[in-house]
Amino acid sequence: MSAFLLAQTDVIALTDTEAWVINGFFYVLAVVGLLAALKMVTTKNVVHAALYLLIVLSVVAGVYIILGAEFAAATQVMVYIGAVMVLLLFGVMLTRAKIGDDGDLDYDQKWIGALTSVSMFAVMGYSLWEAFEDDKLPSDMMPQRTGEVANSIFSQYIVPFEALSMLLLAALIGAVVVARRD
Amino acid sequence: MFLNQFLFFAAGLFSIGVYGVLTRKNGVLVLMSIELILNAVNINLVAFGAFNQDISGQVFALFVIAVAAAEVGVGLAIVLLIFRNRRSIDIAEADLLKG
Repeated sequence: MSAFLLAQTDVIALTDTEAWVINGFFYVLAVVGLLAALKMVTTKNVVHAALYLLIVLSVVAGVYIILGAEFAAATQVMVYIGAVMVLLLFGVMLTRAKIGDDGDLDYDQKWIGALTSVSMFAVMGYSLWEAFEDDKLPSDMMPQRTGEVANSIFSQYIVPFEALSMLLLAALIGAVVVARRD
Repeated sequence: MFLNQFLFFAAGLFSIGVYGVLTRKNGVLVLMSIELILNAVNINLVAFGAFNQDISGQVFALFVIAVAAAEVGVGLAIVLLIFRNRRSIDIAEADLLKG
């Protein structure tokens, strides 16, 4: 076990080919994710929108893996794909959304929304390019291990963590109180 | 790998999410678009964490995921309440506060 850990903590820089393969994976994921997101906001079927969201969430989990954030990827799968998707599908079911195509899901003035989001992307893209141009991620990038995450949460970030626990509890009770039939 | 390729991907997801929030009438679909926006922010946090080789980015992404779960719970409860009172989750019709 300790030999295994040692082997894993050795700093191994990626070869060029490996870096290209990882880059290729990223671009495939990015294209799939952006297309699914676009379909999600334009589809006329509520359940299909939920399924497209599922694709986007899986893609984001893949991007976390590429960035070496294992625990965030696992949490993404468990919390988003597991819990949040079920909640959203429950929402679709309980609000008796039309099964099948529903022509009345969007506002008529879509172009204002499109204009807003395109200009937002333009501003963000310009400032990102100005700030980071072609900065590279460190080539000897190490995966961030779950143990380090745990150490960080339970030492440096213990106060936000406890506040978050209280927030979750409050949200849980609040949701029950709001949705209760009385 | 460039840092910017992750940031641009996140910016794209964010903009698409904003478009969804602005154009969708259905309350549940608006919540889904908000999830898209939160995910874009998380990608940024994790990407900067990897860029600076700092664990804090990932920790903050985890915090955002937890807050997003709480937000979905409360948001859906509110949408269900609106549906129960008005028989519709059309956001455009929930305008009681309009002057």
